[in-house]
Order: sequence, then structure tokens, then C-alpha cells
Amino acid sequence: MSVIDNLWWIPVLPLVAAGVTAVLPRSSRRWSAGLAIGSMVGALLGSLLAFGVAADFAQAHPGVVQVRNFSWFQVGETWVRLGWLLDPLTAVMLVMVSFVGLLIFIYSVGYMAHDANFTRFFCFLSLFAAAMLGLLIANSLLLLFICWELVGLTSYLLIGFWFQKPSAAAAAKKAFITTRVGDIAFLLGIVWLYSEAGTVLFYDRGAGCLETGVLADLLSSVNGFGISAATSIALLVFLGAVGKSGQFPLHVWLPDAMEGPTPVSALIHAATMVAAGVFLVARTYPLMAAVPTVPDHAPPAITTTAETHASIVSETHGEAARGAVSTALKVVTWTGVLTALMAAGIAVAQTDIKRILAYSTVSQLGFMMLGLGTGGVGVGMFHLITHAFFKALLFMGAGSVIHGCHEVQDIRYMGGLRRSMPVTFATYAVGMMALAGVPVFFSGFWSKDAIFHAAHGWGPSAMPFYLGLAAALLTAFYMTRQVCYVFFGEGRNPVPGDGHHAVQAPHESPGVMTVPLSILAACAVLLGVLGTPAWPWFQSFVGGTSLTLDWAELRSTESLRIMGWSALVVILGIGVGWRLYARISSDPKAPDALCRVRPDIYSLLENKFYVDEIYAATVVRGHAGWARLCAWAETWLWAGAVQAAAYATVGLSWCNRVFDEYLVNFSFDRLCGGLGNGGGWASRWQNGRVQFYLRFIGVGVVLLALMMIWGCRA
Amino acid sequence: MLTILTLAPALGGVLLLSLPGGWVERKARCLALGVTLVNLGFVLSAWMHFDGNSGTFRLVEKHEWIKLLAVDYHLGVDGLGMLMVLLAALLLPLAVLASKPVTERPRLYYALMLFLESGLIGTFTALNFFHWFLFWELSLIPAFFLIRFWGGPARTEAALQFFIYTMVGSAGLLVAFLGLFLATGTFDFGRLAELARGGTLGLEVARMVDGVAASKWVPWLIFAGAFLGFAVKVPLMPFHAWLPGTYSEASPPVTMLLTGAMSKMGVYGFLRVLLPIFPEQMRLLQPWLVSLAVITIVCSAGAAFAQRDLRRTFAYSSINHLGYCLLGVFVLAGSGPESARSAVVAGVLLQMFNHGLTAALLFWFLALLERRADGRHGLNDFGGIRQVVPVFAGLMGVAIFSSLGLPGLNGFIGEFLIFKGVFALHPWAAVISTLGLLITAVFLLTVIQRVFSGPLSTTHAGMPDLTIVERVQLAPVVGLLFLLGIYPQVLLGPLGGFIRLVGAGHS
Repeated sequence: MSVIDNLWWIPVLPLVAAGVTAVLPRSSRRWSAGLAIGSMVGALLGSLLAFGVAADFAQAHPGVVQVRNFSWFQVGETWVRLGWLLDPLTAVMLVMVSFVGLLIFIYSVGYMAHDANFTRFFCFLSLFAAAMLGLLIANSLLLLFICWELVGLTSYLLIGFWFQKPSAAAAAKKAFITTRVGDIAFLLGIVWLYSEAGTVLFYDRGAGCLETGVLADLLSSVNGFGISAATSIALLVFLGAVGKSGQFPLHVWLPDAMEGPTPVSALIHAATMVAAGVFLVARTYPLMAAVPTVPDHAPPAITTTAETHASIVSETHGEAARGAVSTALKVVTWTGVLTALMAAGIAVAQTDIKRILAYSTVSQLGFMMLGLGTGGVGVGMFHLITHAFFKALLFMGAGSVIHGCHEVQDIRYMGGLRRSMPVTFATYAVGMMALAGVPVFFSGFWSKDAIFHAAHGWGPSAMPFYLGLAAALLTAFYMTRQVCYVFFGEGRNPVPGDGHHAVQAPHESPGVMTVPLSILAACAVLLGVLGTPAWPWFQSFVGGTSLTLDWAELRSTESLRIMGWSALVVILGIGVGWRLYARISSDPKAPDALCRVRPDIYSLLENKFYVDEIYAATVVRGHAGWARLCAWAETWLWAGAVQAAAYATVGLSWCNRVFDEYLVNFSFDRLCGGLGNGGGWASRWQNGRVQFYLRFIGVGVVLLALMMIWGCRA
Repeated sequence: MLTILTLAPALGGVLLLSLPGGWVERKARCLALGVTLVNLGFVLSAWMHFDGNSGTFRLVEKHEWIKLLAVDYHLGVDGLGMLMVLLAALLLPLAVLASKPVTERPRLYYALMLFLESGLIGTFTALNFFHWFLFWELSLIPAFFLIRFWGGPARTEAALQFFIYTMVGSAGLLVAFLGLFLATGTFDFGRLAELARGGTLGLEVARMVDGVAASKWVPWLIFAGAFLGFAVKVPLMPFHAWLPGTYSEASPPVTMLLTGAMSKMGVYGFLRVLLPIFPEQMRLLQPWLVSLAVITIVCSAGAAFAQRDLRRTFAYSSINHLGYCLLGVFVLAGSGPESARSAVVAGVLLQMFNHGLTAALLFWFLALLERRADGRHGLNDFGGIRQVVPVFAGLMGVAIFSSLGLPGLNGFIGEFLIFKGVFALHPWAAVISTLGLLITAVFLLTVIQRVFSGPLSTTHAGMPDLTIVERVQLAPVVGLLFLLGIYPQVLLGPLGGFIRLVGAGHS
């Protein structure tokens, strides 16, 4: 009964809960919530157990992954095999997902209390948890893809949860299709890998696709464009991650996904599922980072860019990494940093509380990609984990605000909520400071700091570092703006528009919602301890390197300089934000402060760089045009062919008859002719006489059988 | 055994027609259901005992029949045949169950369905062209009448078009096999394939018309005839023009059989006849055929998106899904590594079965929907009905996602295996075909959006949800979608021998 043998229970528990809930009647609310939460408690306990085992194992056998593979089905000579694995990366993610998931499940009990489809909601949530946990333990790119599609499905179902709203239904479709664009590239990557390597297992006693032997083969197989199979496959897989993690240019679905209930936004579209893309890159990191170290024609050896903690990236390591950064990682880095900057810019000019957070998520996912691309698994994953906690906190805080303000989402109609919702305000402020990266006390500072360290030491270009700083500046700025609008100043009209509704005072949310908020807020502060330059426990655990407590590292000029930069941009962002928005007009319709300064830029940002419009004009239109073309061909082109075929038919039929007669002369096939032509005649004569004909056919068949038997006797 | 399986439904049909009295008229559905279920039971037991490891034919019955023409009565099933028999036997009871609204001449209707089953099973078990062709035609005729009498407003044209189209194909087949018979003196599929493998078939055929100076075109002509027969049946674009009209005019239960089982006769023909008997021609034409399959996949998906009628949307979706089968079949015409070819064979087989099941289920849901909506089936005739029929929406959603190829449901693995194999052999065909996957997602989700989501349209505010009986009928099928998606070995196990054989190039 070892833990690794029973690891599959972790995703199966919520799956069972989902299955049972699916057949429960709508009225069994208690049961559905109880089952879902119970299964998540089980998953969390299992994850903690697995975490302990993984930590022990990693100490005893660093760099070794525990796997269990099994055969799924048979194709010709070979079996398609799947499996699950346990390594520090998986262990950390399991704990995060089940813990945040559990908190959000509890929070949902309060948030969804008045919804008629409460039962269905928990069914979908459990299904999501099952697929997400399955994705984490998958030891096969195929199994990972299966779970990947299933989390996509649950995301679709939950975005469109309020399906009566046309906007929700449209957003759900958009999310599914946009991510499917990436998924199809991912699928191609899988089939390419499968046909090239003959396996899609990650680790399989040296024969897995992330192990050196197979990677060497992938690197040495170079196509006509001079690109190795490893690079091509890595890029295709990364496209899948781009879709799922809302990276540019497939980011457009994520802000629309905010149509779903807020707990869904917190769990799926902030903390866990959207991070699956980042996790995918981390999981396939050996493939992403594989570069041939080739002096000329020597057999290629593998250097996997060291997955070390970025803060201890020394000059020598920088030297070693320089010139050995794989193409795939360069793409990851640039995509990440551009997304981070672009989305942070858009977030500056949004007015929907959830949309601001959505663009913030896109931006932070970009930071994670930047961290992965420049610093390796430890750096990217650290930000993923800290972000999961403070972003879930922010979304749940936003949910609490929306709940308290009676479903108002526009920040211009809020204001002064710090007095009426003190707990929400306090926790939201913690989340905001963690996201902005306020120095020293907040986890976001340390995880972002690690990314800046890595980006600073990145060989190929210094640009990502500066662009990342700019994005961090914008982050601090838009979060300050949002907090000012929502919590400070005087309360503006809490009901937008005509004010037909009775103006109800905003109220604090119930304990079932505020307690999870407080727990998450504590995590948003404390988690930073795990990854400081002085004691980089997280990075060394996930990266598999040894750990020392080294206070000198914290005081080194390199460290201090970068922390200084990072602190400077944060203070600047908050300062400017505070200056512009601390005293906003109490009229909700007044133009934004930034809009008064630079209306042109504001308008560009407000319209999200017009990406949606560009897609509508190109891709959507192109697709509709293609469909129209196909339909046109159906009616006109093929119809023409049918006309021609009709003439040909006459000719062919004639030939057919000639042949038939020819054969009939050979006393062959009376029955065949009778049956075949009988149908033909009947088509002209059918009225009323069918019954007779059919009986004839039936009798014919029986005669046939008799004839056969008779024939055999003779 | 196979003879019994083939003839039992037809006997049931004859019985149904000749028993007197109104009682039979009323109970026709129950009787037909009984016959098909009993047959399904026999087929299932045959499937359980089927040993597909060697890949040879099982349950063989071979008797000398017409000595003069060297025609044997030769039955047998390998993995492919067994799978198709199973599919046909499975779909028939479903179609009977789905046919609840038939009030007009039910006796005849159900008898025709039973004849159709005989035709299908006969086609999938016959190993001699002579009676194979009889059954091929026998299945066509009941289908024609089913469309003609129980179809929609334009059923006469649709039925005629269907009949003439497939008849042209059949004529091509007949000509082709007569040609082969004249050249070789045999109608036996196995014997012909042996000759083809030995490379002597072409010679024999060429010798047949030795008198004619250049005889090179004769084998091609024969090939063209046979090809036409199957290409129309599947259909392959541009031989598909009969399909949308037929599927949308026939009543949904009939379409269940047309798309679920009869379209598989075409793919079956490609695998049983064209690949083994005409390997040379298939190989030479391969680039063209692969291109046609890719066009079929991408264009039919596009056309499906442009439709405003649910029946037509699903009709084009069927063409699209069978396009993947054809892509696989045509890729098999070339040579390649065993692992890739095996994946393609396995993928094609799974896709045939799964498409049959899923498409039939979709049309069943359409039947249920139309019954609740006074026969309406336009894409924009509905809206928000998930509010009033949540169970229906949920189950049909499962079927739609299965059609979309969602992992965990049955559609995924077949498509994955086809793509895996095709990518290794013809990467570009695979890459372009993925567009089909994308567009499929677009139009299927559009269907969900228009029909189930949004504000409830007032016309359907009183629509009743699925009854208990309907749920009980649908549950096993929906369960099967899950089973086949999670544990495809159920199907693949007995097919091992066939997959290995074709994978190794012994088609």
C-alpha cells in the first residue's frame, strides 16, 4: 500500500463525487455540496500525504521521478500505455489545487446559495477538480491531453453556467473554440511526438520522451527547414499552453470567461486551470529546453538549461546558459513578457471589477512564462503558486464585493466600501499588495523578484527584464486604481443606470465566504517565506537542487539592485495611481482620470488594442466566408456535377442493362436481376403495391436459403 | 450461425407481413423490437466467443452452390466483419425504439426495417460477390421505401435521388465484378485478393480482352466501377450530393440506419474489396484520393456550419466524420511502418463503429426533439430549451461532445489513432484535416448555443422533458459512449488479428 500505487485516488475521489451528483435530483443540495467538499477534503489529505512522500523521496533520490505505468489498449503489436507520476512539481501543484479548490468549494456554498442549479454547479466543480488533479499526475502526454480537454469542457460548462444569458453562452463557446485552436496544435505535437519517439510517456525507465535517450533522437531528427523535431514539437505543445493560459494571441477568451459565477472565475480562470498551460511547459521542460551541444558533427549531447534557482544564477552560470537557450524557450520568454505587458496595459482602462482581474491574470500568466523561459521550472512555478493564492483571494474578494453590492460589477458605481465591508476590504488589500508586489512582506514580491533575477541574467536579451519591470509598474498602478474606485472615496450610486431599484446599502458577506478569504490572505503573505533568495526552499524543492540558508545571498549587490528596481517600480506605480485616483469624482459617469490626461492611449487600452475586432474582421469572417463557399459549392458546383452525373447515369444504366442481358443469356442471375431491377421498377410503380413486392423479396430470400440448402445436398 | 443471423430478421419481417389481423398492426413495434433484440443477443454471444487473434475468417460456412458459375455460398467474419455485424445488430433495436411516432402502416414499416437488417448483416458476412451483391441491393430497397413512405415533404425526390445514386454505384460494382469474373472465373473475395497479391490479377484482366489492342485501361475501368459503388455509398466528395437531401427528408429513425449502418457498407467495401483486390490502382491514385478525403473533411465541416437546419447540419457532420475513415483507408493504400499503419487501421475501425453509434444517437435525439416541437428542426426554431428539458439537454450534450471528439467519450480515440498514423505517413494531410476538427467544434457548439442556451423561446415553454421510459432506453447507449471512450479495449481486443494483418500490409 504505497502512496504512489494509490495516487490515482486523488483525482478519482472528486470524479466519483461528480458522477454521483450527476444522477442526484436537483433538490438534494446538501448531498451535492457535502459530497463535493468531502471528496476535496479526501483529495487534500491524499495530496498532503503524497507531498510528504515526494519530499522524502526527493531527499533520498534527487532527480528521480516515481512512476506507475499501465496498458490502456492495444494497437497491432503495441499497447498504448498511460501512467501517473509523483515528483516535487506534481506534489506542490496537488497540494495547491486541492487546498485552493477546497476553500473555493466552501465559499461557493455561500455564493451560490440562492441558485436553482446548485446541484449541477457542484457536479461540474467536482468534475473540474477531478480533471485538473488528473492532469497534474499524468505521466503521459496523451493522458495529460485527455484531462486537459476535460478541464476545458468543465470550463465551458461553468462559463456558460447561467446559460439563459446570451452573453454567457457566447463567452462559453468563445472560450472553448479559442482554446481548441491551441489544443489542435497541441494534438499535432502529440501525434508528431508519438510517431517520432514511439512513446508519449514522460518517464519510462529511460525510454520516456522526457528522458535523455529519446530527446537525443528528437534533436537529431531535423526536417527540411533545419528545425529539429524537438523544437517543432515543443513549439506545438507550447501553442496548447498559449491557448489554455490565455497568452497572446489567444488571450481573448479569458476576460469573456468572467461571465461565469465568481467562484468559477477564482478557481478555474485564475488559480488553477489557466495555470495548466504554465504547468504543461514546466512538465515538458526537458523537451522545451533541449538544445544540442554540437561542435560540428559530434553526436548531439543534451544540455537541459539548469533548473536552478534564479537568485543564485551566477555570472558563470549565465555564461554557460548563454548561447544554449533553446528556440522554444526563447519563444516562451518573449510570448510571456509581451503578454504580461499588453494585458497589464489593458487592465489599466477597464471598469468591470472582474475583467480587470482577468486581464491581470493574463498578465501574471505572462510573468510565469517569462520566469519559466528565463529561470526554469522553480522560478515560474513559484510565481504560479503564490499567484494562485492571492488571485483566488482577489476574485473571491471581488465576489464578496459583487455579492454585497447586489450584483453590481462596474467599479465606477462602487466606492467607500471599506467602511461597510471591513473584512473584505482588509483581505482584498492584502491580495492587492501581494499582486502589486509590495516589498518584503508579501509573497508576490518574492516570486516576482525571482523572475526579475532570472530575466536579468538571461543570455539572449536584456529586453525582457525591462519590459517585465514596465509590466510590474502597470500592475501596481491598475490595482491601486481599482482599490481606490472600490473601497475609497464616497459611496457612489450603488445601482447603475436608471436607479429603479431601491438603493440598498452594501453589506458584508457571511462567514462562509469571509473565512476562506482570511485563510487565503494569510497564505498570500506567508508563502513568500518559502522562496526568498536567502532560503529558496521552493525553487530547490521543485528544481531538485540542494538547499542552504544563506543570508549573504540576500545582501549581495546583485540581489539588492534587482530588489531595489522592483521596489522602485511598485512604489512608483502605487504612488501615481494614488495621486490620480485617491480623489475621484463622486459622479460615476465622470471620465477616468487617465482619460483626461491621455484620451488617445486610454481609448486604445479601453478597447483592448482592438484584438477582438481584428479577429472578428479576419478569422471569424474568414470562417463564415469559407462556410458560405462550401454551401455555395454544395448547391451550385456539385449540383452541376450531379447534372453531368445524371447524363452519365443514363449512359451507365444502359451499359448495365446490356451487361445484364448479356449475363441473363448465360442463364445467370435471374434472382439478382429480379431483385435489383425489381426495386428500380417499383420506384416508378410503387403506389399501393409495395406490400406485394416486399413479400416477394422476403419470399425470395427464403427461396434463396432453400436453394442453398438444396444445392448443398446435391 | 451467420446464416441464421442473416435470415432471422427477414423471416421475422415476412412473418410480420403475413400474420393477419389488427393485433399485429398494433404490436408491430414490439414484435420488431423482439426480433432485433434476439438477433442482437445472438450477435453479442458470437462477439463474446469471437477469437480475433489470428485475423483469419471465423464462423465460416462454405457450400458449393451454382456449379456452373463456380459460385460458392461463402460466409465468414474476420474482425472487420464481426465489428460491422455488431454495429448493425446494435443499431436496429435503437432505430426501432426511436420510431415511436409511426402510426401509418406500422407493420410494413417495421418489416422493412427487419429486411434492412438482413441486408446489412448479409453484406457484412458474405465473402462471395454473388450473394454479397444480393444483400447489398436487398438493403437498398427497404431503405428506399422507408424514405419514400415515411419521409418529409420532399421525400419523393429524395428517395428517388437516393435510389438512383446508389443504383449507379451498384451498377458500377456489378460491371466491375462481372469483368473480374470473366477474367478469373471466380467471384470469391479471398481468391481475387490472392490473385491480386500474387500480381496475376492485372494480367488475367488484361488477357480477358486480349483481342483489344491496348488493354491497359481495362483494369482501370473495372477499378473505376467498383470505386464508384463504394464512394457513393460512404460518401466521398464529390459523390455525396444525394446525402444531405436524403438524410434531411428521411425520418430520423431511418436516418439513424442510413448514417449509422449503411454508410459503413461503403467503408467496409473499401477495406474488404478495393484495398485487397485493387492494391495497384489504389496505390497509384493515392495522392489524389488522399486529397479528396481531405477536401471531404474540410468542406463538409464548412458546409455543416452554413446549414440552418439541424438534420442537414448533422448530415454534413456525418460526411465529415466518415471523411476521417476514408483518409485512413486511402493512406493505407501506400506502404509505411507497421506501427503507423496499425494505428490507422485501428483508428478507422473505431471511428466506423463510434460514428455509427454517435450519429445514430444524435438523430435519435433529433427525433425526440422534433416530436416535442411539432416537427420543427431548424437551427433557429429553438432557444433556451435547456431550462425546460434539462435531462434531454444533458444527454444530447453528451452525444454532441462525443461527436466533437471529446476525450473520455467514444469519438476521441478513433480520431486520435487516425491522426497519429496519418501524420506519420502523410503529415500535411493530417495537418490540413485538423481544420475539420476545429470547424466541427464551432458548428456543434453553435447548435448547443442556439438550441439549448439563451432566453427560453415562448413557443417551447411547455416542452416536456424525457419520460422515464425514454431515459431508460437512452441510458445504455449513453453509457456505451462512456464505456468505449474509457475502455476501448472492449472493441479493440477482438480486432487485434485484423489490425495486425492489415497493419503489416496484408490487406
